[in-house]
Amino acid sequence: MIDPKLILLHEDDNVLVSVAPIAAGDSLAFDGLELCAGEDVGVGHKIARRMLRPGGKIFKYGAPIGSATREIALGEWVHSHNMQSDYIPSHSRKTGEEGHTR
Amino acid sequence: MIEAYLRSDGRKGIRNVVAVAYLVECAHHVARRIVDKADDPDVHLVGFPGCFPNAYAAKVMRAIATHPNVGGMVLVSLGCESFDREGLRDAVEASGRPVELLIIQEEGGTAATIDRGLAAVERVRAAAAETPRVPMRVDELVIGTICGGSDGTSGITANPAVGRAFDRLVAEAATCIFEETGELIGCEAIMADRAVTPELGRELEACVEKAERYYTTMGFGSFAPGNAEGGLTTLEEKSMGAYSKSGSSPISGIVKPGDVPPSGGLYLLDVVPDGEPRFGFPNISDNAEIVELIACGAHLTLFTTGRGSAISPVIKICANPETARRLAADMDIDAGRILEGAATLDEVGEEIYAKVLAIASGDRTVSEELGHQEFILTYKAFEPIGPSCLPLAAGRPA
Repeated sequence: MIDPKLILLHEDDNVLVSVAPIAAGDSLAFDGLELCAGEDVGVGHKIARRMLRPGGKIFKYGAPIGSATREIALGEWVHSHNMQSDYIPSHSRKTGEEGHTR
Repeated sequence: MIEAYLRSDGRKGIRNVVAVAYLVECAHHVARRIVDKADDPDVHLVGFPGCFPNAYAAKVMRAIATHPNVGGMVLVSLGCESFDREGLRDAVEASGRPVELLIIQEEGGTAATIDRGLAAVERVRAAAAETPRVPMRVDELVIGTICGGSDGTSGITANPAVGRAFDRLVAEAATCIFEETGELIGCEAIMADRAVTPELGRELEACVEKAERYYTTMGFGSFAPGNAEGGLTTLEEKSMGAYSKSGSSPISGIVKPGDVPPSGGLYLLDVVPDGEPRFGFPNISDNAEIVELIACGAHLTLFTTGRGSAISPVIKICANPETARRLAADMDIDAGRILEGAATLDEVGEEIYAKVLAIASGDRTVSEELGHQEFILTYKAFEPIGPSCLPLAAGRPA
């Protein structure tokens, strides 16, 4: 049973993908659990399906897509604030500005 | 039934474009004015801005100028640049197409060249209109795919739907090309498993490793801020979504910009230059990759969210239902319906397949109607493809 706002792309994945906007406080159900969204999560963004440890691999499509940079709680939004690439770091619109380091 | 334009080299086109090419940025204004004044959706502007010679740019420009969708060319040179204008003119002439060459410094300047260029377009267009029409089969089509402005929905809806369409096209012996090795970083091992030979599998891995080295030197991966805003966090996450455009057919070979695949099947276009990084980013924007897909013979390009480009029509497939509503007048296909449960991947895959045939038969894409003709060609350096890159080509008639 999975919440209609979420999809699981591969059974080995430790993240779910939102297919409808999620607002803070919305209840989210998956894997027999029911929890409350701690923040707004946009369409196409990821939510932790498991508790993730720092350095642990994030799996989506059944493939590793990067590593957690800190502990991530069950149901938490997973994005650049708590995970990073294992290849080339992502950049922002501020990255090219003078004095700014990645 | 696709009614195609038969070129004298036996290739068939789905459009009969007259392209006006500037051969250095200094001739860009004159060429643009000629195209503006011609005011015809089938008169396109292409060009190369550099004054220094470059073998890659010359090869791509020659491939564009003799592309099956091109019926004739008007070349606009300033006069002093390095571009081998006579070589390009001779190649177009040898292909049986009408071609005219204008040199601004000899024609008497800007206004005179614009007037003469417009008259040249009229003559070339009239000659191209005589091109014989013949039936064309699906297995004679070359289809490219690229994604632009990807978000977290791309890898779930539009990209795998293109993959389904590609699977059907490849099964019907069409030639399908996917590309952007810098957006396959992280997928190299699973991709290599689909190669028709182990040697090709190693070449596939090597070209992704080359892309990773190149982008690392450049300091940025192929990852835009909008990707992150749309829910993608890392390059390898974006790669997994992008990779799904290739479908699940075996991979028959690797080509480089300007190489036309030798037969039907699925090919990877290696867009990252060879050797030490020179000249900057492999492709400064997606439009440059569309130009390279066209240079590989693509009759049309499937662009999952995006804009458009000259010569080859671009079919835009929108991944995100919200974007599909916000930019409805820019999209050909709404794959966001998959996310809302209103259509399946298979259904949208079939819709893309049907759209490919309709566009090949002469229907206009939204970007053609809107007049999108972005064209970018810059400096690059490539080595010829290695012997393991086209394992099925050996022994085939040319």
